[in-house]
Amino acid sequence: MKRPRLRAESLHVGYGETPVIEGLDLEVLDDAVTAVIGPNGSGKSTLLRAMGRLLAPRRGQVLLDGKRIDRMPTREVATLLGVLPQTPRAPDGLTVAELVAHGRHPHQAWYRRWSTDDDESVAAALRMTGMTDLAGRVLDQLSGGQRQRAWISMALAQGTELLLLDEPTTYLDLAHQVEVLELVRRLRTDLGRTVVMVLHDLNLAARYADRMVVLGDGSVVAQGAPHEVLTEDLLREVFDLEARVISDPVAGTPLVVPVSPRTRAH
Amino acid sequence: MLAVRHRRRVAGLVVLLGCAAAACLASIAIGSKPIPVGAVWHGLVSPTGSEDDLIVRSLRVPRTELAVLAGAALGIAGSLSQGHTRNPLADPGLLGVSSGAALAVVTGIFAFGVTSTYDHVWLACLGAIVATVGVFLLSSAGRTGPTPLTLALAGAAAAALMQGLVSAMVVADQQSMEIYRFWRIGAVSGRDPTVIAQVLPFLLVGAALAMANTAGLNALSLGEDVARSIGGHVLRARLIGVAAITLLTGGAVAACGPIGFVGLVVPHLARFVTGPDHRWLVPYAGLIGAVLVVAADTVGRLLAWPGELQVGIVLAMIGVPVFIAIVRRTRLAQL
Repeated sequence: MKRPRLRAESLHVGYGETPVIEGLDLEVLDDAVTAVIGPNGSGKSTLLRAMGRLLAPRRGQVLLDGKRIDRMPTREVATLLGVLPQTPRAPDGLTVAELVAHGRHPHQAWYRRWSTDDDESVAAALRMTGMTDLAGRVLDQLSGGQRQRAWISMALAQGTELLLLDEPTTYLDLAHQVEVLELVRRLRTDLGRTVVMVLHDLNLAARYADRMVVLGDGSVVAQGAPHEVLTEDLLREVFDLEARVISDPVAGTPLVVPVSPRTRAH
Repeated sequence: MLAVRHRRRVAGLVVLLGCAAAACLASIAIGSKPIPVGAVWHGLVSPTGSEDDLIVRSLRVPRTELAVLAGAALGIAGSLSQGHTRNPLADPGLLGVSSGAALAVVTGIFAFGVTSTYDHVWLACLGAIVATVGVFLLSSAGRTGPTPLTLALAGAAAAALMQGLVSAMVVADQQSMEIYRFWRIGAVSGRDPTVIAQVLPFLLVGAALAMANTAGLNALSLGEDVARSIGGHVLRARLIGVAAITLLTGGAVAACGPIGFVGLVVPHLARFVTGPDHRWLVPYAGLIGAVLVVAADTVGRLLAWPGELQVGIVLAMIGVPVFIAIVRRTRLAQL
């Protein structure tokens, strides 16, 4: 069987003295949407940042196409893998088109300036996210959902097969969360991209991900298809939550209905 | 919108070049002895050694050149400072460049009895570079490397320390005080014409580095994580930026003393037209800075005619109210 393009091997990551991820192994399924879930502080964002080469591992390694990602040139990584951090901030006055054009940065150099290729990538990315009509608008005048779509357009224009999204639905109302996640799904179905995203909302994660990875205390507790992973036992053990899991009446995916937080033994 | 912004940027550039030419002409014509425009032209193109020619060529032109260079350098350095710290209140002195220059000059006078202004320029450049290298290393000491916050904090701390040392020395020594007092007020007049040749290499290299830094700075303006993920070299861009700021500010401060305000305000004025794209913003800031300093220096000669006011004072007196008016009417950009 072909090895997945992106994987982590006995990964140790931490901030300062505090270890966050300890000895984590993960293979990211190609051509799929993977949702990383877990309670607060379980290391979801840290994992994503390490997988995206934004954080250097202390031990272990992240491999991209079999090569250690921290030893690859920044520009080369940027043509293979895009990372969108949580709630990125753009300077005032930046237009959508200018933002999306930044996605072409890894394809440019002092001897190779803006080309028709770049123009086409930007236009295609804007079309994909439905942002074409808003291309000339200034980012800070858009709604939260539109702004998030603009950022995703930038990552798309980068033209990478792999996309890592850190909580792409933060601060969005439900309608806009669904809108962004529908877009994520189309990235896989229409463009064949591999997406890894950190999500807080378990029900939306179950609905839009092909595969779920559950983190607890810095290591992978469970992984697999949503209906295999999202069980009442797992919610009790990992999230400390007493809940029922029923079938989502619309999509048939698991739906978490909380009963009450488990009373802790003192 | 995009096409409109592009047209505005190009049109603005033409207007600015016109303003620069007009300001330079006025700066050469106006002074304690007014010189008609025709005579200015005569002095520039075909001098015959008349009194007017002599004033034009030996006094007014060098002075105007110095104002253009200092203004452009401070404008460019200001736009880089604000970009790298993502702080709209940052000015080129933020990294400790100005206070480093001041400390080196005063130490030279106080401890080593250096009195020639020629040597002061070298001292100021040296002090600026040493101070910025120190600030940069200090800000890189943490685990995260130099970030907008650590750069600003290290710069502010170092500037406070160096200002304290300067104060201690000028209080203790009358001669240091006299020279420092003169140097302290930013001025483009009364400087030795050789100063231009002395600082020009610093300014040229600084300007070239600044332009080389614009694409990287654009990436950084989206945050360090995004900059990295689109293939930007964060540390390299920071190093180039800090080197450019040091050379430009150090050169300008060494030649004219610390002219405040230009580096802070000019990037905002430029941003009104160019938006946040540094490839436009940086050259715009250079041009606007040049126009502003030349114009302020000329106005200073009119206000106190036949005497004159130093450019630093004029900029503060006229510039600040104008800037406040602009800020009240529009909104300053978050970076």
